[in-house]
Formats: sequence, C-alpha cells, structure tokens
Amino acid sequence: MTKVYVSSVIPAPAADVWKVVRDFNGLPDWAPFVAESRIEQNAHADRIGCIRSFTLRDGGRIRERLLALSDYDLSCSYAILESPMQVENYVATLSLTPITDGNLTLAEWQAEFDCAPGREAALTQQIGSGVFQAALTALKQRFGR
Amino acid sequence: MVQVRQSTIIDAPIEEVWAILRDFNGHDRWHPAITSSEIDGGEPADAVGAVRHFRLADGGELREQLLALSDKERRLSYCLLEAPLPLMGYVASIRLKPVTDGNATFWEWRSEFHPPEHRRDELVKLVAEDIYRAGFAAIRNLLGRRGAATPAEARPSPAIMPSRPTGVVPRSTPVPSILAPSLGTQETTRAILVDRYGGPDVLQLKEIALPPPAPDEVRIRHTAIGVNFIDVYCRTGFFDLLRLPGVPGMEAAGVIEAVGAAISGLSVGDRVAYACPPVGAYAERRNMTADLLVRLSDDIADEAAAASLLKGVSASFLLHDVHAVRPGEIVLVHAAAGGIGQLLVQWARHLGATVIATVSSDDKARIVERLGAHHVIVYSREDFSEAVMRLTAGAGANVIYDAVGVDTFAGSLAALATRGHLVSFGQASGPVGAWDIDRLASKSITVSRPNYAHYTDTPEKLAPHVDRFFTAFRQRAVRIGQPASYDLAKAADAHRDLEARKTSGALILLP
Repeated sequence: MTKVYVSSVIPAPAADVWKVVRDFNGLPDWAPFVAESRIEQNAHADRIGCIRSFTLRDGGRIRERLLALSDYDLSCSYAILESPMQVENYVATLSLTPITDGNLTLAEWQAEFDCAPGREAALTQQIGSGVFQAALTALKQRFGR
Repeated sequence: MVQVRQSTIIDAPIEEVWAILRDFNGHDRWHPAITSSEIDGGEPADAVGAVRHFRLADGGELREQLLALSDKERRLSYCLLEAPLPLMGYVASIRLKPVTDGNATFWEWRSEFHPPEHRRDELVKLVAEDIYRAGFAAIRNLLGRRGAATPAEARPSPAIMPSRPTGVVPRSTPVPSILAPSLGTQETTRAILVDRYGGPDVLQLKEIALPPPAPDEVRIRHTAIGVNFIDVYCRTGFFDLLRLPGVPGMEAAGVIEAVGAAISGLSVGDRVAYACPPVGAYAERRNMTADLLVRLSDDIADEAAAASLLKGVSASFLLHDVHAVRPGEIVLVHAAAGGIGQLLVQWARHLGATVIATVSSDDKARIVERLGAHHVIVYSREDFSEAVMRLTAGAGANVIYDAVGVDTFAGSLAALATRGHLVSFGQASGPVGAWDIDRLASKSITVSRPNYAHYTDTPEKLAPHVDRFFTAFRQRAVRIGQPASYDLAKAADAHRDLEARKTSGALILLP
C-alpha cells in the first residue's frame, strides 16, 4: 500500500473553500488539469455512491465513485474505478480544517493505493505534486494568494 | 458542555514543534502562564497516565493527567484533575499536522468542559486566549528565531551573551557625532548603517562621519571584520547593544591610523584586533577605546584574527576557567561543528581529554571527526545521553559544553557523571527555562552559566585568554578553517547565509 499526503494553507475561511471543493462534479471549476466532468446516470453530485466521469486536459479519462461526503467534517472520500494511472484499490480523501488564527483553512489531500512494484515513487510524485498540490495551489490562487 | 477550538500555523517543521509539545512536563519551558511543572511520583513524562503538577505565574496550582499520546498522529490528550477554576470535566487535546506545501505545521488545540453557566463566557475566553492563543504565540516566538517579524522578547539569546533581563553586557553608548551627516571638512568612512531593526536588507552601506579619536581612543583602519550570530540579534533589535541609527559588529582586525592624546603603548601602524562591545565594527574605519585591543604578532593573519578571536577567547575561558579540563576527563561538546564547538573539540583533545561530540548530520560528523573527536553522536539518529552512557560504560561525562539550550538540557543532565559539570553557555534552540535544582543532588551536579563579559571585560581578565588562544593556534593545537569572506558592502548576504546555516566555518567582511 502506497500513501500520498499533501497539505496547504488556503487563505480563506473553511466554509468558503468547502463551497468550492464540496461539489463532486465541480473539478473543472477549480482543478487546472480537468477539462470537463459529468455525473453518471444523472445522479446528484452529493449522493453517496455516485460516479463522476471526467476528462483531463491531456485527454485521459478517469471514473471515480463518491464514498463519503461530510458537511460536518468538511471531507470527501472517493475511489478510482478507471484511470490511465494503473493503480489498484485507490482511495483518496480531501478534507478541510479551519485555522481559527487568521480565519484560514488547512486543506489536506491524501490517497492510498496499490501499484506495480517499482512504480511507487513515480506515482507518488505524479499524484502528490502533479495532481493534489497542483489543485491546491490553484485553490490558493483562486482565493487571492 | 462547551467546546473550545483554536488552531494556527507555525512556521517550523512539524518535528520541531512536536519535539516541544510532546513533552507533557515541558510546558513550563514555553508557556508564559506556567512557572514550574513536575510529574507526580517522578514518572516519565511520556507514560500515559502520568500526572503533571504545575504552578501558574499567579500562584495557582493545577494537576493534569496524560490520557493519550501518539507519535504517529502527533496527538496528545489530557484531562484536568485539580484546578483553581471551575473547568469541570475538562478534557483537551493537541494535534499537529504537517503543511507539506512549504515546511510549516498546523496546530490545533481543543477542549470540552462544563462551566458554571454564569462564568461560561469568561472561562471560554480564558481557555481560548490565555491558554491556547498565548501558547501559540510562545511557540511561534520560540521557533521563529529565523523570522524577523516575530516579537523579540521570547527569542533565544545567542551563545555566551546574556539574555536581555540580566542586563550585564556593557551597553553601547550612543555616539551621535559619528552618525551625523558629513559636513564640510569632517572626515568620513564607509560603514554598514542600520537605521531600523529588521531583516538582512537593513544592512546598507553608507558614508558616515568619523570624528577625531577621543583622548582614550585609537582610530583603526579595519582589514577584516568578524561576523557573529550576535550581530544578527543586534540587527533585529533583540539585543539593545545597537542603538539606531548604528553600525553593527563586535569583532575586527586592522591597523591603528591615529591615537588619542592619552594613549600610551600603542602607536600608528600597530596591528590590532578586538572582540568586544561597543558595536561598530562593520566599517572601513572606526574609533575604539584602547583598553581591550589585542596586539597582533606577525604570524597571526588579520583574517584569522577577525574570524576567531571571539570564539577563541570564549573557548579559552570555557576550557580553563569555567571548568579546568584535565587529562583523562570525558568532555561532551554539543553542536560540535559550530564555530565555538570546533575549537572546543580540538582544544579539549589537546588538553588530554576524551572528547565526545554531538552533531546534527553525517556531513557535520565528518567535519568533527577530522578535528579529532574520539566519538561522534548524530543526535538526530540516537539519544545522545544513552550513547554517552554506552560509550563511557555507564560513567557519564565529566563536563558538558552545551550552547544548544532547551533541546539538550535535560539530556545533558542525564549524560553527566557523578559530580559532573554542565556548562550552559547559550540557547540556540530556546531558553533552558526554570529548573528545580533539587534534582541536581542525585548526581551532585554543578551547573555553570558563564557570560562572555564577566571573563573578558578588563585587560587583566582578557589578556591570559588571548595569549592562551594564540599560543594554541601557533602550536596548531587548534586550527581555524579558511573563513568565507564577503565584501563589506555585501554584509546582508553574509547575514543571509549565516541565518540559513549555509556556512560551516567563520564569516568575515573585507572593507
């Protein structure tokens, strides 16, 4: 099992950040590498078990199932069903925690997955920097820094 | 039931923050409200169930019990057993998370308790502000030593020099005439002038007035200027040795250019060096009272003197006066790859001691091994007090030179031999804080807290150390690495590199 953990301080209140990231169908709105997204079978994006199917700017397609969504904990977990990354048992969680000092937000994004031996480092780098940190950096810029 | 939750970001790696917070008995060393703390029954502070009994600055006493401690989640939970306030059923937890984007730490402090209804708001505010937020500020100050924006009061003092409240270092006397703008015929000199406290950028090269030397002064044309960490503390305003506007620097070598009317025994052309207040060394030329000047013989290069006089004199009194190291003694030197550390290792070995050195990294271990340390401990990898006991077959060290401060103090006490001597001469990691001296009796321990000025502030005190250091230098008992040199105008770069720990040897400025 390989683990990836990335965290950033977002310069905005947690409620404001949550409004943006809570939408399971909203990745194109804030993640720079996502071109378009839809929820399969016309389900609501906050229905647990729904599947988002989205296209990356590089053309790759990914399907992910919503496993958990908490407006109380400000967290969202999902599993990859299909992707070009060749990962198995991939489960990720994006969560927000208020920073009372300055009314900011700690955003944490972590994932666990299995992959072919020898690919751990490359995938950790790709997911940690290329996906999670890139998206959190975009979120930071969106809120003004 | 009320819940209090406060969180903040500390601009330091999570390991550094956790090292401080996980010590359930260490809060008296960082929290401003707490004056002393001990664990009931002398239990270890990281044993779940341990009870800490502590006293507040206002005299109140509390007891709290450790309920959970996790190095994996960096979480610590505790409850209140006794308190002078009605914080009924108070259970609190501290949790850290890394901020991987940068190298900072998220810290959350939360609790639940049942206050009496009429005191609810008052108690919530007290917990949130006087305990949690005050704690955040204290840790931020403690760890924010590299940041210029943090309040000065809680920052650590540099090695050897006193912290501010003791007030024993001679204050610099303002000399307004030196700083006056150049007028007509008056002479001037190039100097680094600080006109506001702050980061390296405040070190600006200016042309300032240079009056004739007073009767008890000589004028020195500097050839090399030493850069010490205390200069950073002067620049940021932590020490009030530098009054604004002023020229920093307390160590230099040069040539006498003019002498005051009352000077005897020194003449124009003499090569001299100094390592003492008042500040003003970051200049091409300056006037200086003559009593603490050291005459340089031909075999001591200016650069070597400017790079090593302060450290060499310090090492001399630490090894001969504060503790007279004898052959066969076991000497432990912390931060052994640092400026004074390197001298202590070489010199203690030369005196016949068995030298054990601690360093933070393998690269520094190699430096210290080359200097002749008999044993090197990389303290980030193993517990140094256990290692010392192993290396000495349980005997411990006879003397420990510790300028690291809060991070090493307890370990140093544990690593001492019976009747051992702990010489605490700095606190790079933070102030040592209040300690109960009763516990020193378990090994008849002596603790010294020497201050540079008290060993060097008269010619009679200073001269033996200068002689001893230069003799050791000539005999090659101590070697001084080639200092990194910067143009005087680039003093800001020198400070940046020093503060970033980019340098391993000494730094000098060349006018």
